[in-house]
Amino acid sequence: MFSRKNLKLLTDPINKNNPITIQVLGICSALAVTVKLKPAFVMALSVVFVMAMSNVIISLLRKTIPNRIRIIVQLVVIAALVIIVDEILKAYVFDISKQLTVFVGLIITNCIIMGRLEAFALANKPWPSLLDGIGNAAGYGAILIIVAFFRELFGSGTIWNVQVIPDSFYELGYVNNGMFILPPMALIVVGVIIWVQRAKNPELQEEN
Amino acid sequence: MNRNSNTYIFIFSIIMVIVVGAILSFVAISLKPMQTKNVEIEKKRNILSALQIKNTVENAEDLFDKYITEMIAVNTNGEIIPDVDVFELDLKKELYKEHEDIKLPVFIGKLDNGELKYIIPLSGKGLWGPIWGYIALNEDMTTVFGATFSHKSETPGLGAEIETDWYQQKFSEKKIFDENGDFVSIKVVKGGAPPDNIHGVDAISGGTITSNGLEDMLFDCLKLYEPYLNNK
Repeated sequence: MFSRKNLKLLTDPINKNNPITIQVLGICSALAVTVKLKPAFVMALSVVFVMAMSNVIISLLRKTIPNRIRIIVQLVVIAALVIIVDEILKAYVFDISKQLTVFVGLIITNCIIMGRLEAFALANKPWPSLLDGIGNAAGYGAILIIVAFFRELFGSGTIWNVQVIPDSFYELGYVNNGMFILPPMALIVVGVIIWVQRAKNPELQEEN
Repeated sequence: MNRNSNTYIFIFSIIMVIVVGAILSFVAISLKPMQTKNVEIEKKRNILSALQIKNTVENAEDLFDKYITEMIAVNTNGEIIPDVDVFELDLKKELYKEHEDIKLPVFIGKLDNGELKYIIPLSGKGLWGPIWGYIALNEDMTTVFGATFSHKSETPGLGAEIETDWYQQKFSEKKIFDENGDFVSIKVVKGGAPPDNIHGVDAISGGTITSNGLEDMLFDCLKLYEPYLNNK
């Protein structure tokens, strides 16, 4: 069950094969939902659910899916799961679904999910596919949360909607950096994360 | 069976569509009552917030029954229309009707100290989607007692700030009629409204289009209520 190989499926995408920082997938949504921590967190959870489930479903169906329409089948599965997540959020956690609004629907367009279905689930058994799904979604979520942490801290002076930068700072002339609220800053934060990650892991650096 | 034959592909697609369709309809239908209930509670919570009454999901219905004493519908001449299910009226749909057919809901709340407040719904456009809200007026029909706004998909941290308490607080004590009794609504002022401006509030930096949408919404909706407010 949790052999070395399987565990690697779970842990690799979190660092050395991270979908955002190494494969550079899913950047678009990483820019959109990371203004505040809370939506980023719920987004990460929803992606874990959708990615794990769709990986398992596609893996179960892998021997029956006609090759020529496999992309359509993958999209249908992802879209159906996303709609289910959206409906459940609306019914049980209405407040959070209000905050996430369009972002839940945008999970459908998250290229990481389809990338994993195409690259992994179509060729592997359900159990490794589940681990791979959770691992990749977690790797995506981890970056989302790190980026959201810095953007919320510098952009709004809060963490999880709680003010952390004391009023005395503002009285001394400190101002929130409006740039952090806008998407370009997310790109720069992601860039910094990639830099730090590569500096710490020399094997990730390409030879020129 | 050959997985690449057209017959197989057709059969596979048909089965897939039927199965997925069935699952989605089942989920949608079984969760519908809870979602409708949530929307209803949300509406009650919004109205209570405009009245500055703290509420939670659990106690919103009880508080609503306690404080909202009357719900009436008026037309654009300010006359009361009898026999209307006021709570179910959707202002957004009413705004699309012919001017004389519009039914405008008014919720009348009575606070613990006996003061009457008139709560008027608002509906308009933000940057990415609809915005809406409620504004509570004092008995003089010009001073704002409280306001609450929501939005569907405004940018978090920018336009979405209209939903926050600190922004909504700015509307208290503002006036929608000037000294001569002319309707002026409330304007959003770029760069910040001076504290003595009784008809203006701060615009949100970075949320210009949402702020303008809010201003238009206030003007357009309150304008329709003007005859009713004047009659009072």
